[in-house]
Amino acid sequence: MSAPAPSMYSPAAKAMAEKLGLKMGRANLDEFAATLLELAKADRNLVAVTSDSRGSGKLGPFAQALPKQLVEVGIAEQNLVGITAGLAAAGKKSFGVSPSCFLTARSLEQIKNDVCYSNVPAVLIGISSGVSYGALGTTHHSLHDLAVLRAINNITILVPADNFETREAIRFAAKATKPAFVRFGKAAMFGLHKPETKFKVGKAISLREGNDVAFIATGETVVHALLAAGQLAERGIQARVLSVHTVKPLDVEAILKAGRECRAIVAVEEHLVNGGLGEACASGLLQAGVSKPFHIAGIPDEETVPGSQADIFRHYGISMEGLTETATRLLK
Amino acid sequence: MTDHELQLKSVHLRKNTLKAIYEAGAGHTGGSLSCLDILNVLYNRILNVSPENFSDPNRDRYVQSKGHSVEALYAVLADRGFYPEAELKTICHYQSHFVGHPTRHIPGIEMNTGALGHGLPICVGMAIAGKMDNAPYRVFTLLGDGELAEGSNWEAAMAAAHYKLDNLTAILDRNTLQISGRTRDVMSNEPVDEKFRAFGWAVKVVNGHNFAELTEALSKPSETGKPTCVIANTVKGRGVSFMEDVARWHHGVPSDAELKQALGELDAAEAKLREVA
Repeated sequence: MSAPAPSMYSPAAKAMAEKLGLKMGRANLDEFAATLLELAKADRNLVAVTSDSRGSGKLGPFAQALPKQLVEVGIAEQNLVGITAGLAAAGKKSFGVSPSCFLTARSLEQIKNDVCYSNVPAVLIGISSGVSYGALGTTHHSLHDLAVLRAINNITILVPADNFETREAIRFAAKATKPAFVRFGKAAMFGLHKPETKFKVGKAISLREGNDVAFIATGETVVHALLAAGQLAERGIQARVLSVHTVKPLDVEAILKAGRECRAIVAVEEHLVNGGLGEACASGLLQAGVSKPFHIAGIPDEETVPGSQADIFRHYGISMEGLTETATRLLK
Repeated sequence: MTDHELQLKSVHLRKNTLKAIYEAGAGHTGGSLSCLDILNVLYNRILNVSPENFSDPNRDRYVQSKGHSVEALYAVLADRGFYPEAELKTICHYQSHFVGHPTRHIPGIEMNTGALGHGLPICVGMAIAGKMDNAPYRVFTLLGDGELAEGSNWEAAMAAAHYKLDNLTAILDRNTLQISGRTRDVMSNEPVDEKFRAFGWAVKVVNGHNFAELTEALSKPSETGKPTCVIANTVKGRGVSFMEDVARWHHGVPSDAELKQALGELDAAEAKLREVA
C-alpha cells in the first residue's frame, strides 16, 4: 500500500474546523461533474468537450449517461478550445474541460480570440488547477491561469472555494451568454457557507466579520483563511474573511471596505503572487488611495518546491498556522 | 449567375478591394486577390447565406481562417448587400468596426479570425453541432497554404475525419507564397493533397480562378462520411500584372500611380469581358 497523502490540515487545524462547525464535503471536481451531468440531463443542448480528460474531469458517468453530449478531441487542447468555441457559435452550450495547466497555456490564443474576442458563450473548465497535481511538478501546475485570463478582455473568472460555490458557479456558467472560466482542484473541501448564503457573480461573500485584519482569499485557500481567523480570535484578534469566488469582475467595493475598516490585509491565493487576486486587490486599494500593511500569501516567483498540494501549501504558509503568523506579523 | 457575370463581378470586386486597401493605407493585397474568385463563387453560388437569413440557425457557415485577406471578404459582403460599399472606405480607420481582420461587428462575419490556425478547429465545432442537431447547413473555411504550418490545423484535420464531418469543406488558397517567400522554401507542406487524404479527407484539386471548377468542387460534399478539402491553385495578386506572384505584395499599399495602373488593367479586363458578351 502506498503511503497516505499528507493532509491539508494539521491536527490543530482539524480541531479548529470542528470548533467552527465545518463539515467535510467532496472535491469541487466531483461537485462540478455531478452538477454538469444534472444540467445536461435537463438540457440536451449542453455539450462537454474533453481532451482525453474525461477521467481527470470525473466525466465518466456523463459520458456513459449522455454519450451524444460529449465530444472527445483527444490530447489536443488548442483544438479543444477551438471546437468548444465553434460549438458555442453554432448554438450549443459548450463546456471545454481540461486540466487548467494545459487549457490556459497551450490554448491561450484560442481562448483570447475564438472565445473572448469572438464573444461566444463558451465555458472553460480548468480542472486540477493551482498545485492540485502537486508532486507531478511544474508542467502540471497552473499558477499563471488567473494572471493570463485577467489580462484578456471579456471573460468572467470564477474560483469557487467549496462545493456550494462550485455548484453555483457552474449553474451561472451554464446560463451565461458570454465567456466564463471556472477553475478548481480535486481535494475534498470543507463546506464554508450557511444554507441561506446567496451567491452572486462579482460579489465577494463575507464568511466572518472583523476589523483587525482582512483575509481576502479565493478558491481552495479560503478555508485556511477561515481557520486562521478562528485561531486569531483565540488570541484576541478579529479577522474578516472574504471569499472572492469571482476574480474578474472583482468586487472592488468589498475590498475597499475591508481596506478602510481593517488595519491590515492579507490576500490569499493558490497562484503565483504575480498577476493574481493579490495584485488585483493591491491595484484596487492603491487606486482608491487606501494604503494598509499588505501581504500576498501565494506561491512566490521561484521554482515551486516539490511536494504534494498539502506540502506546497504548508511550505509557502497557505495554512492556518502560516496565515495566522502572517497576519500577526502585519499587525505588529 | 452565369460564369460571365461572375467574371465581371470579380473584376468589380478586385477594384473595390484595391481601392479599399488604398484608402485604408494598409492591407493584405496579394492574398485578397488570390482568394477573391473563391469568395465570389462561395457567396454568389454556394453559400446559403444572405443579409436576410444571417440569424437563421440553418444558414451555411463560412469562417475565413486566413483572416488577413479580409479586404476581399469585406468587398464581397458589401456586394452581397450586407452593408453599403461606401463603408469599405473606413477599413482600418479610427473607430471603424472594419478592422484589419474579420470581426463579428461586421454583418456577415461569423467569427473573429486573423491569428492563423484557428478557423479549422472552430469549423469542426460548428460542423459537429450541425451533426448533433441533424441540421442541413454546411460549414466552410478558407485556409492559406502558409497557414498550414500551424499545428492546430492538423489537430482539427484529425478530428474532422474522426467525426466523419462530411458537412465540412476546407478550401486551401494555394497561392504558394507567404510573407517571407515561397511556401516550399519557408516550410514545405507538399504533398498537401496526400497529407489531407492520409488524414481521412476527400480531396479535390481545382483551378482557384475557374468558376466552373470551383462550383463543381464546392456544390456538394464529395464523399459521404468524409470532410472535403478543395485545393484551389491560385495566383497571389491575381488580376494585376505587377502584383501577380510577387511575395512583396503579401501586404502592400499601391501608390497613386500603382493604383491607377492596377485599375486601368482591371478596366481593360472588364472591357474585354463585355466585348465577348
